[in-house]
Amino acid sequence: MSKSGSGAVGSGQVQRQVQLPLSKAVEIALKSMRVRMGRSILTLITIVMAMAFLTEVWLSNRLGPVIRTELLAREHLKAHGPSVDGSRLVWLISLSLLVCLVGISNAMLMSVMERFREIGTMKCLGALDSFILKLFVLESIFLGVAGTICGIVLGVVLAVGIMVARYSTAAWPLIPWGGVPWICLAALGIGTAITAAAAMYPAWKAARMEPIAAMRVEV
Amino acid sequence: MVMAAKPAGSAAGREEIVRTIDVVKEYRMGDQTLQALKGVSVTIYRGEYISIMGPSGSGKSTLFNAIGGLDKPSSGKVFIDEVDVAQLDALELAWLRCRKIGYIFQTFNLIPVMTALENVALPMIFGGMLEADARDKAKLILERVELGHRIDNKPSQLSGGQQQRVAIARAFANDPAIILADEPTGNLDLNTGKAIIALLKEMNQERGVTVISATHDLKMLDISDRIFWIRDGEVEKIQRRDEVTIDAGEMH
Ligand SMILES: Nc1ncnc2c1ncn2[C@@H]1O[C@H](COP(=O)(O)OP(=O)(O)O)[C@@H](O)[C@H]1O
Ligand SMILES: [Mg+2]
Repeated sequence: MSKSGSGAVGSGQVQRQVQLPLSKAVEIALKSMRVRMGRSILTLITIVMAMAFLTEVWLSNRLGPVIRTELLAREHLKAHGPSVDGSRLVWLISLSLLVCLVGISNAMLMSVMERFREIGTMKCLGALDSFILKLFVLESIFLGVAGTICGIVLGVVLAVGIMVARYSTAAWPLIPWGGVPWICLAALGIGTAITAAAAMYPAWKAARMEPIAAMRVEV
Repeated sequence: MVMAAKPAGSAAGREEIVRTIDVVKEYRMGDQTLQALKGVSVTIYRGEYISIMGPSGSGKSTLFNAIGGLDKPSSGKVFIDEVDVAQLDALELAWLRCRKIGYIFQTFNLIPVMTALENVALPMIFGGMLEADARDKAKLILERVELGHRIDNKPSQLSGGQQQRVAIARAFANDPAIILADEPTGNLDLNTGKAIIALLKEMNQERGVTVISATHDLKMLDISDRIFWIRDGEVEKIQRRDEVTIDAGEMH
């Protein structure tokens, strides 16, 4: 096996670095998020707000008309409340998701740039590009899922709250709860997809960072 | 296993561990080119303690990066243990950095979110060692650098000297053949710096590891086997320790 001493180009002396199990990346990603709680929470808030907005708009768009027609039928109220303009709504939702995407991407990018020394050092210690990539994608996905879930809860509360405020508690029994889980599930999918997409570029930047970044002194 | 194949240790066994051939490093800035290294050819033998001495901006770190496989020279060759570093692919380079070389930095560079123990275990885990084994070994090395009582502390809870001890323990984690240190005492006060230098020397003798340290800390002179004096990207002279002490005296 060890054929050293031949003076040739050291064949067999250098091996190839092994891949680490995903669980190690998960562990380090969670640790990083816990320690950088402030930054994590800021990113989280962006996601929560965007997803709450999405869920609220989506829900009231679905629930509003149902409740309104029900109430109209019972002659509880005159037809008031905003009529829903479909295209404007799509536009608003798209915009909020875009803001969310850019916000997360920007937060992750800042986090990558701040951690240049840490990333460079890990590379010096033998971390592979793929490991660093996983670290940042995972971090972003964890934030994304957590933020989306909080956002959905907030969105549902807001939608129902607004509905009740607008049509009085008479609206409460009329809410078609059956449709709500599906909207929430779809929102969860969208939120996770967006955070994963937002993490791509920053994570790629981190993975491509040279080990020499460990030596850089200035920020 | 590679080491055993060759007669090691004896004064005659001058086994090459690092060789640079005419290494040139240029930095391009706009239309200007700055030659940080102007053709450096040095040979370093297994078990030596080498200091690369020179004023700030003389090219010490650039040479450190070239030897450590951290940066590609513009021209010239670097051999580590007879392997041409330029020939290695990404996975082999990562293996080399992980197993063959231990790095020590001026700024300590511990991973801030990890405890001392986790920091020392990390290169072993990157090398494929089982978590439990890595932790056991990390504990032993931390005890060796007299930090057995601080293993669960985060870097922010440690003094500069203690952080550098953890960094030294981490550098030795995978039993590397070479320890590369760039200004390891640069951020430490006089006495802490002395203690770090002494520790590096002890580890060098105890483990037969080659230590290459870029520094302008004259305290390093006493313990170095050879000193490479570097100025403006060129090796000005190479001295053995016994040739140096007189010069050092004159410097004060
Ligand atoms: N990334 C870089 N880009 C441009 N010039 C650089 C870079 N790194 C180092 N240099 C220049 O190369 C020379 C040698 O630098 P360095 O090796 O860091 O010196 P030392 O470590 O001895 O202080 C200096 O003139 C420095 O300004
Ligand atoms: Mg330097």
